[in-house]
Amino acid sequence: MSRLPKKDVVIVGLGWTGSIMAHELAMAGLDVVAIERGPWRDTAADYNIGTAPDELRYAVRQDIFLRPAQDTQTARNSPDQMALPIRKYGSYLPGNGVGGAGVHWNGHTWRFFPSDFRLRSHYVERYGAGIIPEDCTVQDWPVSYDELEPHYDFFEKVNGTSGKAGNLKGAIQPGGNPFEGWRSDEYPTRPLSPNLAQTMFQKAATDLGMHPFPLPSGNISEAYTNPYGVRLAPCTYCGFCEWFGCANYSKASPLTCVMPALVRQPNFEARTLCEVTRVNTTPDGKMATGVTYVDADGREWEQPADLVLLCAYALFNVRLLMVSKIGAQYDPASNTGTLGRNYAYQTNAGSVGYFSKDTNFNSFAGAGSLGMMADDYNGDNFDHTGLSFIGGANINCTTTNARPIRTHPTQPGAPKWGSAWKRSMVDTVNHYQSVGTQGSSMAYRDCYLDLDPTYTDRLGRPLMRMTFDFKENDLKMSRHVVDKTAEIVRAMGAEKVTTSYKKGPWSVVPYQTTHNTGGAVMSSTPRDGVVNRYTQHWDVPNLFVAGACLFPQNAGYNPTGTVGALTYWALEAIKNHYLKNPGEALVQA
Amino acid sequence: MPLTTRRRLLAATALVAFSSQAVARSVTGRLPWSPNEAYPPDVVRPGGWLFLRPEEAATLDAIVSRLIPADDLSPSGKDLGCTVFIDRQLAGPWGTYEWLYMQPPFAEKPLPTQGIQSPLVPQQQYRKGLAALTAHCRDAFGGKTFEQLSAEEQDTLLQGMEKGEVHLPGLTAPQLTTTMFFAQVLDNTIEGFFADPIYGGNKDMAGWKMIGFPGTRYDFRDVIANPGKPYTKPPVSIMGRPEWNGKPA
Repeated sequence: MSRLPKKDVVIVGLGWTGSIMAHELAMAGLDVVAIERGPWRDTAADYNIGTAPDELRYAVRQDIFLRPAQDTQTARNSPDQMALPIRKYGSYLPGNGVGGAGVHWNGHTWRFFPSDFRLRSHYVERYGAGIIPEDCTVQDWPVSYDELEPHYDFFEKVNGTSGKAGNLKGAIQPGGNPFEGWRSDEYPTRPLSPNLAQTMFQKAATDLGMHPFPLPSGNISEAYTNPYGVRLAPCTYCGFCEWFGCANYSKASPLTCVMPALVRQPNFEARTLCEVTRVNTTPDGKMATGVTYVDADGREWEQPADLVLLCAYALFNVRLLMVSKIGAQYDPASNTGTLGRNYAYQTNAGSVGYFSKDTNFNSFAGAGSLGMMADDYNGDNFDHTGLSFIGGANINCTTTNARPIRTHPTQPGAPKWGSAWKRSMVDTVNHYQSVGTQGSSMAYRDCYLDLDPTYTDRLGRPLMRMTFDFKENDLKMSRHVVDKTAEIVRAMGAEKVTTSYKKGPWSVVPYQTTHNTGGAVMSSTPRDGVVNRYTQHWDVPNLFVAGACLFPQNAGYNPTGTVGALTYWALEAIKNHYLKNPGEALVQA
Repeated sequence: MPLTTRRRLLAATALVAFSSQAVARSVTGRLPWSPNEAYPPDVVRPGGWLFLRPEEAATLDAIVSRLIPADDLSPSGKDLGCTVFIDRQLAGPWGTYEWLYMQPPFAEKPLPTQGIQSPLVPQQQYRKGLAALTAHCRDAFGGKTFEQLSAEEQDTLLQGMEKGEVHLPGLTAPQLTTTMFFAQVLDNTIEGFFADPIYGGNKDMAGWKMIGFPGTRYDFRDVIANPGKPYTKPPVSIMGRPEWNGKPA
């Protein structure tokens, strides 16, 4: 192993959180190196307009995603089962390379509700302690919405997020989401243009007493220059957004929003095709000394640094802590340890409407975040008295694409092949629209992450083991909101409606969502989590962790907006407090 | 072209082995940039087989032409190029599951929720599955091959495979069952129907024309500006349109 010259900061992973951390700390004058296990990526070369719209290559064969041959997890539904490797990623698709999952996301850019940040207290205060299910390990966040608000705002400005405010400093705004937390400012760019389906949804939801509003979008509606001086171009509704890189510089991503400014800083360096294998610590385990990584030739390097930032995808930050033996592994049987605890996901389901042949939705013209929403049944925006569940779901009418390999709808009950199948496809394809829900996922005692005893990666390190299933509370919640989607689809004028409820057991096969949360939870005491309210590790003060692994449980929203806000929140603490007393804990345990 | 090959080689080998020449890269000071740098897929040219044996291709031609029969909506699966598509996919990294996690042990009784748990890669699935189908037809239809059966006989047999009512000889769980084999062929046939024609199927973009998918136009601001208006422009593929260069798309 070769030891490299020491840096001020070493960052593991160069996606959203890594690029933001690197840029802000390099601007603050620190010498920063980011180590990324995937390749360098650039819009013009890798997501070239001549090659980007290729469903087979990207959405089906998963060309730009992390390949399981490099790293995967084992999975099971309960602790009494034998976990087996996810040989092909299906339920979720981690990103790979510079930009990370921020390249292939849809761009849904949400803020969690103020009540989400004090989830347990909120429900107990309003409904009594009995509403929290047994073995449900939900807890309050150690940071409040008010504290995160300026950081949500700045992340949206970096993204150029397109949307319509619903609550400006407490004043409810027509056309926006009346349930959202207060905003200090309007969205940076106006909403995307709604299509036929969204216009129909807007009317139907309004008629049913709901409060529809446009989805806050990372696909930008108009030309925009962000605070880092980087320019984005208007979205063209190409229909190749989620699972693809954007050739138009229209999707907010680390590549379009941060990287062009970041690489110009002489005190920043990125090393790609280099996989960090562990975080090194002093013999007493009380300080991090840097990281060890393996390059593409198999050579091992030690990169010492004063400050170590874990900015890989949520699952891989947790795994890196585990293989580095930093922190106490959570054990559900004894209910001890914190690392791997409170893994949560997302509870999604919905309805599909089949419309008349003169209703042309033209869904091939879509964008990752082209959608109309209603939050009337999200969070605690509705009275949970007598419902015997906690949580909620957003209701969405989105048009992301009509790519035909994955989307070739037929009438219910039609054959799967042959002439009758083809006829049914032709009769259905342009006349159907789904209305979905994206639901919260609570934390439970036996849903957790640890290291697998059997399977290893190509470098011989144990794979991480995921034990997860959908629980009764979340299934009940989902059923309640999915019933509302059926009402909306009928009100939109569908001739036929089919409804699919979420069911267990969780399967690794069909794509559900890449919103894996928890495992390195932030907490107000070391008993309940891995890092403190500033995302600083409770045991190792010069180690900070970023990403959705910090969430104590997941809300009825996509995580990226909150991940971005937490990153800027942590940066503020690092720049203004930690660097003045390096090596000191920002919160006394 | 050499750039494509080199880059792809590096990307692929870097992920599974360290014996390659893939080099870790340091980026600092400016965005790396080379003129005309892009990584297009290789264009599939029909003619000959890269993985399939001629008798396997003949059987597959017959299968894909029952899954996608010629009718007023589209040409047959064979004429759409689905067999060529599948052959080229089998010959590429997908055919050996090069990108997937294929380390043992392989469990004997995986849960349905745990996905792929068979050591058989697509090349082996097709070789084994097509041989089993041939053996079944020889025994059940007096020495005939699948392609020698009538369309009705073929449909009945395929339906039996789809529903698990027909068990092809030697196909067993968890490695490869008859229904798994059928589902794999159907999936790949649909891919060949709807993937960009650059991969050898979807000839003349007939799959896209059938369902009104405009392909890779990449700018639909005009569609968004006219909600609900029927769309009439012809599709475009990665290779453009026949009218643009006089070559088949």
